[in-house]
Order: sequence, then C-alpha cells, then structure tokens
Amino acid sequence: MLMISPRMAAGMQEKQYTPSLLNFFIYNPKFGPREGEEEKKILFYHPSEVEKNEKIRNVGLCEAIVQFTRTFCPSKPAKSLHTQKNRQFFFEPEENFWIVMVVRNPMVEKPNKEGKPPTIEYQEEEILDTVYGAVLQQCYSMYKLFNGTFVRAMEAGGVELLTQKLEKFFYRYLQTLHLHSCDLLDVFGGISFFPLDKMTYLKIQSFVNRVEESLRLIKYTAFLYNDQLIWSGLEQEDMRILYKYLTTSLFPRHSEPELAGRDSPLRPEVAGNLLHYGRFLTGPSNLKDPEAKFRFPRIFVNTGDGYEELHLIVYKAMSAAVCFMISASVELSREFCEQLDGLVGPQLTLLASDICEQYNVNRRISGPDKEPQFKFIYFNHMNLAEKSTIHMRKTASVSLTSVHPDLMKILGDINCDFARVDEDEEIIVKAMTDYWVVGKKSDQRELYVILNQKNANLIEVNEEVKRLCATQFNNIFFLD
Amino acid sequence: MSEEHYLELCENPVQFENASNVNNVFFDEANKQVFAVRSGGATGVVVKGPDDKNSIAFRMDDKGEVKCIKFSFGNKILAVQRTPKSVDFINFIPDLPHLEYSQECKSKNASVLGFCWTNWNEIVFITDQGIEFYQVQPDKRSLKLLKSQSINVNWYMYCPETSVILLSTTVQGNVLQPFSFKSATMSKMSKFEIELPVVPKPAKLSLSERDIAVATIYGQLYVMYLKHHSRVANSPGAEVVLYHLPREGPCKKTHVLKLNTTGKFALNVVDNLVVVHHQSSQTSIIFDIKLKDPDSVLNIHQPVLPALSIHPYKIPLTGPAAVASQAPVRCELYSSTWSVFQPDIIISASEGYLWYLQIKLQPAVNLLQDKGKLMDFLLHRRDCKMVILSVCSQMLDGGEKGNLPVVATVFDKLNLVYKDYLEAEQSYTMAVESGPSRGGITHRRPVRTQAVIDQSDMYTHVLSVFTERKDVSHRFVIAVLMEYIRSLNQFQITVQHYLYELVIKTLVHHNLFYMLHQFLQYHVLSDSKPLACLLLSLESTYPPAHQLSLDMLKRLSTANDEIVEVLLSKQQVLGALRFIRSVGGHDNISARKFLDAARQTKDQLLFYTIFRFFEQRNQRLRGSPNFTPGEHCEEHTTYFKQVFGEQALMKPLTV
Repeated sequence: MLMISPRMAAGMQEKQYTPSLLNFFIYNPKFGPREGEEEKKILFYHPSEVEKNEKIRNVGLCEAIVQFTRTFCPSKPAKSLHTQKNRQFFFEPEENFWIVMVVRNPMVEKPNKEGKPPTIEYQEEEILDTVYGAVLQQCYSMYKLFNGTFVRAMEAGGVELLTQKLEKFFYRYLQTLHLHSCDLLDVFGGISFFPLDKMTYLKIQSFVNRVEESLRLIKYTAFLYNDQLIWSGLEQEDMRILYKYLTTSLFPRHSEPELAGRDSPLRPEVAGNLLHYGRFLTGPSNLKDPEAKFRFPRIFVNTGDGYEELHLIVYKAMSAAVCFMISASVELSREFCEQLDGLVGPQLTLLASDICEQYNVNRRISGPDKEPQFKFIYFNHMNLAEKSTIHMRKTASVSLTSVHPDLMKILGDINCDFARVDEDEEIIVKAMTDYWVVGKKSDQRELYVILNQKNANLIEVNEEVKRLCATQFNNIFFLD
Repeated sequence: MSEEHYLELCENPVQFENASNVNNVFFDEANKQVFAVRSGGATGVVVKGPDDKNSIAFRMDDKGEVKCIKFSFGNKILAVQRTPKSVDFINFIPDLPHLEYSQECKSKNASVLGFCWTNWNEIVFITDQGIEFYQVQPDKRSLKLLKSQSINVNWYMYCPETSVILLSTTVQGNVLQPFSFKSATMSKMSKFEIELPVVPKPAKLSLSERDIAVATIYGQLYVMYLKHHSRVANSPGAEVVLYHLPREGPCKKTHVLKLNTTGKFALNVVDNLVVVHHQSSQTSIIFDIKLKDPDSVLNIHQPVLPALSIHPYKIPLTGPAAVASQAPVRCELYSSTWSVFQPDIIISASEGYLWYLQIKLQPAVNLLQDKGKLMDFLLHRRDCKMVILSVCSQMLDGGEKGNLPVVATVFDKLNLVYKDYLEAEQSYTMAVESGPSRGGITHRRPVRTQAVIDQSDMYTHVLSVFTERKDVSHRFVIAVLMEYIRSLNQFQITVQHYLYELVIKTLVHHNLFYMLHQFLQYHVLSDSKPLACLLLSLESTYPPAHQLSLDMLKRLSTANDEIVEVLLSKQQVLGALRFIRSVGGHDNISARKFLDAARQTKDQLLFYTIFRFFEQRNQRLRGSPNFTPGEHCEEHTTYFKQVFGEQALMKPLTV
C-alpha cells in the first residue's frame, strides 16, 4: 500500500496547542438508577471543581452513548466519541464500572487582523484512538497495581472506600499524564529487554535463586539493568504494568538526585569487609537512621486465582535494580531489611559491574559505528519486547522522540491497519519530503522503520529495510 | 557408630601358617608373597601369593637358618640368603637343573644386608659397603656382575613399583642415596638429606629404617619420614614429612602431615591417601596431599577425617576347627605383632594373616560436613562415582537454608574434572586424526576415572530422580537445574538436550511458561531441532511456543524444510513460499506439497497464485509451464482448469 501524507503547514505566527486532558471520570450506572440520585453514580470526577449538574450531565451523556451504541453491537460497546473540539474515550474495566477520559483535540490558533479574535482550527484527525485508548487502559492498570480492583475496594469498605482510593490515586496520577507525548509505544506498552550473553544471564539467575532461597519471604523477583528488564518472576501482564511504573515513575524520580552530582546518595556502604553500592529505592532511604520506617508500597498481582497483595521492595546497586516482592501479610522489620541489604548489596554490586563489563565488551565487538542510521520501532506481542531507536531517554515528565510528530502519527496509522487484519502485511508510506515510513508485520511481530533518503524509490527502500532486518533481526523468524 | 569407620581390612585375607619356633615367615614386598619356611625348608616351604589362590609348596635342604627368601618376577628363580656373605639360587624354570647355586658378594669383608629382584633374572645385593647388580644366568647356574657401587650403607629400602632402592648412608644415616634400576641398567639418583629433629653429639646412627617408608602417591614417588616428637624442638606432636623423589632432578621436601600426637606410628598408602596408624590410641588418620589448606602457604596438612579405629574385624573360622555354631573371633587390631608394609599391607605373623587395608568412602560423607571439601576428597578417590552421586542426591534432599551456594560449588567442582577429561579426550582425538606426531610420541587415550561425572550420570542418578520428587518445591528444582546448566556453561561444556528437556518439562508441569519464554529469549536453552520440535508440541497449551520454535529453526539455518512444514501446517502457504524463496530453495521444493496446502485453504485466489508461481518455475527451469508426470500435479491442473478455465493456464513461451 502506498500513501502520500499531507504536508505540514506551519505558519509563523500561528500558535499550536497540543492535546490535553479535559475530563476524567469514573462512574457506575447501577449506583444511582433512580432520578435525583444521579450523583451517586459518580465515583470520581476530574476536575473536581466542576459544578455538580455539569458532572451529572456529562456522565449521563456518556451513559446514553454507550447504551445507544450497544444496540448496534452488543458485544463491542463504543470505545470513543469524536467531536470537533474533543474526543471521549470509554472503558469498562470491570462490569458496570466505566472510566471516561475526555481529551481536547490539538488546535491551531491563527491570529486575525484588525484585533479580531483569532480563529481556532481544531485538528480532529491528529489524535489516534488506539493511543489514547491504551493510555486510558493504562490508567486503570496502574490503579489496579497499587489498589487492586474496584470490586475489591467495594467489598472491603463500600463505595466510600472506593471513592477515597480513587481520589487518592488519580489526583496524583492524572498530573503525571502527559497526553501530548503519547504515541505508538503507549499502544504497545512493551518492555525493553537488556541484551545479555548467556553466561551473565545465568549468573543473574543464580543470584536471584540464591537470594530467594536464603530470604524465603520473597515470593517474586524481577531484575533490571539500565531500566531494561532481564528477569521477571511475575507473570507477563503484571510485569508489564510494574515495568511501566518503574521506568516512568520510580527510576526517573531517583535518577535525578544521582545525576545532580556531588551530593548523590551513591556513597558506598561497607558491609563486612565488602564495599557495596546497594540502597533501597522504596522503603527506608537510610537503614542507619533510627527513625527509619520500614514501609514499602503495596502492589496487587494476578496469581491464577485472584489477587495477591505484596510489598514492593526495590533495591538498586549502580545500574542494576532488583524488585523483591513479599506477601503483604508479613510485617517487614528492620532486621529483615538489614539482612537483605547485607546479603544483596555486595552481590548485586559485583553483578552490576560484571554486567557493565560484559555489556561494554559486547558493544566493542559489535562496534559503536555500526549503530544504524535507521530509526525504527520493533514490538513483539508474544513477549512484549519493544525496541525503539526513535525514542530518547524516557523520563517522568517527557518522552522525547527524535522524529516529527507527523511521522509518529503515520506509525500509529499503520499500526491501526495492522490491527484490522490477522495476516502478515507490509505497508510503505512516502511521507514528507525525504521520508519513507515502512511498516512490517510478521506473525506477532511489528516493525516500523523511518528512512530519510533523498530520491529513493520504492525498490531501494524495500532493499534498505531488508538489509536492516538482516543485520538487526537475523536471529528471529521474520518474513521478508 | 560402626558406620563411621572409614578404614577396613579386606574381607578375604591371605592366610598362612603362623610364625612359630619351627616355622619362619617372610614377606616379599615385590611379589607380595608370604613364605612360610618350616625347619629351614626341610619340612617344606609354602608360598602364598597376593590373591591366595596360587600357593606354591616345595622342599629344600636345610642348609642353615634362612635370613631372606624371595622369588624373582614370575616365580622363575628363588633366591635364599642363609649366610652374611652369599645368596643361594634355585631355578624354578621347567627343564632347567633344580640344583642350588650360590653367589658370594664381591667386596671383601662386606656382609650382605639383603637383596632385591628387579627383574625376572636381575638381582641387587645390598651390602654394608655398597650395592652389586647381577644378572642371573639360570642355564649356566651362575651370575654375571652388571654393575657395582661402593658406598657405606646402614640400611636399605626398596620400592618395587618404581624399582628404586634407597640407601641410608653417613654416620647419622640421614643422607639417603636412591638408585633406580631398569632392564640391566642402574642409575644413581641425586641424594638428599633428611632433616633430623635433633642432631646428636657425638654423631651416631639417628635415622632408623622404621621411620622411613617409600611409596607412590598420585603417580609420584615419595619418601615418607616419620619425624618423632622432640621435646627440644618444642613441636606439639609428631609429623610425617614427605620428600618428593622425581625421576630426574633433586629431591624436595614437599609436604608436612601433622599428626598432633605422639607415640608409635605406622604408615600405609591407600588410594593415594597416607594412612597413619597410632598404636597407643588404636586409631588411624588419613591425609590427602592434594587437599590444600587455603590458609597455609606451606603444604602443611591436617588429617582429612577425625582419628578413628579400623573397622572391627572378625576372623572367619575355617578349616576343621570351624564349627557352625561358633561365633567368629574378634581380631585384635593394632596388635604389637602387626607388621605394616607399603603400600597397603598389614601382616599379623603370629596369627597368619595378610590383609590389604581399604578405604570406605561412605563414612567420609557423614564425617566431612563441608561439602566442597568432601567433593575435593571424593574426586581423588578410585571408587568414587556412586558415592559422589549419592552425595549430590543427598545434598538436594535437605531443605536446609543456603543450600544453593553449596550446590553451585559442588557442581563447579564436578564439572571442572568433567571438562578436563573432555578436553583431554578432544585433544587426543585431534592428535590421532592428524596422524603420528613427528616426535614419534604415541598418543595415549586419556583415562576416564570414576571422578568424571558427566551429564548423563548426573541426569540418571540425581536430577531425573530429584525432579520427580513431590516434597521439593518446584522453585528449588528449577534453581538447581539452572545452577547445573550455569556450571556447565561456565566450563564451556555443551549442555545435552535431555537436560533442557528436563527444565522444560518441569516448567510446563508447573505452568511456568513465562519463565520458559524468558529462558529461551536469552538462549539459556540452546537451539536444536529436537528442542524446536518440543516447543512446537507445546503450542496448544502455550501459543507463543510457536514463535519461539520458528525463531529457533531459523537460527539453526539447517532446518529450512522444517520451517516450510510448520508454515504449511498453519496454512501459511504464501509465507512458506516467500520463506523458501528468501533462502534460495524454491527450485527444489515439491510443487504438489504447496498446491495441496493451497487447495486446503479453500482460498481460490491463493491457489491461483501458487499454481502460477510453479508454472513460472517450470517455464524457467524446463522451458515449459507444464508439470512433469513425476510431480503428480495432474489433479491440481484439472482443478485449476475447472475453476479458472483452460485459457488461464500459462502458455509456453517460445523463444
């Protein structure tokens, strides 16, 4: 399929507004079925200052749309509503619980002459359902990770507890939503894996097994290096959301003081006669502090039958981070933390420097200059592995991409096309001036390549992508 | 606690007539024969061999008291010493005269201390003034002097295994001069001095032959010196000092074995272990010179196991005296009438028994708590395999905390030995393949000792049993399997498929598919066709296994046919065709196979495409789009015509 994308018009005096969050609310239509009790349906509403009647109106409208569209397709209720100014996303994560997110469309403000108010042009087609639908689902998953399901809160303390929990969680969480920088990667919600040789990987396995054996309280362990996953004892879906939390929230929060320089907390601890750099990212920041609290965040994970509540201990030494998960029914003591620190700290420090060394060796072998000039995103639905050379370092506040948003939009469009059919496909798009965008889907894998080659033709682009596959993906079955 | 005794006397001792005033008993260390000489031989000489089966009995004239009596190798010639000046010989070779002949020592005024056979017809006389090396000519009933050497000798010692004679020289007797013998040649080795604890003044003979023993340990010749406790030197106990005697080069003091006690001792060497018997406490201790104490720079060794007595021994009553109801008599161990010979012989002349001392490994397992040290110890023993495997099973047994590091250490120790053997085997194979070497050295196939515990041993005796156990958590099972795989990888040993299968089986059994996925992602389970097929079979329970399997087949690069089969079975006909074309195999594939698969999809457009592809291939390869009869595609051609009409068939291109 060959498509030509529209050129971008960027006037000098124009003012561009990125998509932003207008409303976010959660309701359950069963909670106030009678007239005059509509307010009871609303479990959470952002912004909270909105007048009550407007809240009720908006919720009612959503309810009506969902009900109305259901008549057309009972099994697949409406997912989004497009309007000129905004777009609404509906999501029913648990029966009768609806989360709605309203996003204002991006717009361009064009100044008018003679003091007239500027004309506003809404770019209704610039945002993608898949991207924001995924963002909405992520909101729920994140809530669930730290609070369990809605139903669970209901069972524990009724609507009151649920609204409290929602308020507490989403008040902060919504502030961290950066809707303008959401893209294809949010759709994938993938995990970046750290490339590692077999021997070092086995050493990590050995380390994890030993720690789990000596600290029997530990139920699950996950191992990351450089913010990339190496080992997960959790199931894939749980790891996916935990990974999201770690890489977009916890790690960036802690890396900032490290990057700040001299006053970094990276002072080696001395345990026995071994120097180590281990420290807790969750729980006590300083074990020696007599006032230290041994409270850790609690998370909920899926364990076959029902949910399991766990303490989340994140412990880091240099670039290696390990998550230890312990049943929440256990009270964690200072002694336990000290024991963990003494056991894990030295071993992890050693392991981290081993991995670093191995990583550098491998990089030297493959050669730094062989870094491809290709910009690509790769995703495998099977193991959620994602790889992007388009995205720069992800931080808490922004996800930086090295390509124009228009190109990212094309990637999103291709992804939507892929989602429609089951078969393997290949789509090549000629984008602005020198850009070509190629999307390939083979079995469960998707690859998106952005090429910037002057005067390249379709055949040359095809050849170029083949070359990329041969060098970057030669060890997987990826149909040409 | 009899299970603790780690030393025992062999079950079937060599029995002989006990020593008495009419019966003299002699022992020949070279042939391990016991001679019972009654009345100087007149009433009979009975010789019992090492395995008690072949005893020889004969008579000889009583020509005076026998001082020493020994057969040459193969019992060809008997040598008897009756006087201080000469040795008498009797041929035992059929067809040769049986009459005795005699040889007097060459040096005047010398007296013969003894003699040693170094071959079937070569003998060395040791006199107080030197040694004389003779060749016996049984047919001529005479001896020919090959070589002699003058040297003052206090006493001598012979190591038959290496044909080395050690002479004690100088006044104090502590300078030892070794000679080695090999088919008619005698060579003098470099002499060395034993450090005495106290130097006596005036000088007098201070080194007794009782305190010296010679034996080979780990294939090397050692002189063991029992250095008694001396109050002057303020040492806490006696020691055994080992001097390494190489074939060439100087002798060096290499090991010190700390006995931590004083008294009367005797030495044996069993399975390369130095056994020290202590008479007053009736116990023995063992030392392994290969077990290094990491804390000491010098090779100072402590006993491997606590001092314990030899396993109690009951004398089986045989012969006419034996009555069924009579209980066997308990034998007195560490008796003062015992004589100890190298390497592993204990003789009780008064009771008429010769035993071999043996080591039992099983008790060591309980006595040595440190599993790493235990493995070091066991790996050097001869019959260690089953004990090692049982230790492995046992160690996986206990739910003790902190077991994994121990497991890892043990695996590493086993695999180091395993790898050394594999490497030796490999270089042997390579050497053999490259033909005879220029130096004319013949390649020796490496000996596979019992200490080589390979993957199949481990699998059969330990791991497969262990993974079946219901009382062990699957986490521990997987941890152990991964630890073993890690250890094998660390020593660059190719992991066998059945180990991977065991890992997969365990993971699948506990529904740990994501774990399996991660292992495969990091190539912990190495690629192979069987593994890929195993994964394919898991697809119904774990769909991602399909992708994992295809990836693996792709990486193998020798499994293109399999990939095509997999894709066709998934009705991905076009995908299969594109794949085989990308690897350049599309000229050799069976058209029928693809057309069958395309028909099955019931997708007519697909069938058309595939059919057309093969028509084009036919055109290109044979100049005609038609299928040959051998391709068995008639059915598909008919179908094609039915659906798309005859005119849709490709027309042959004419050039």
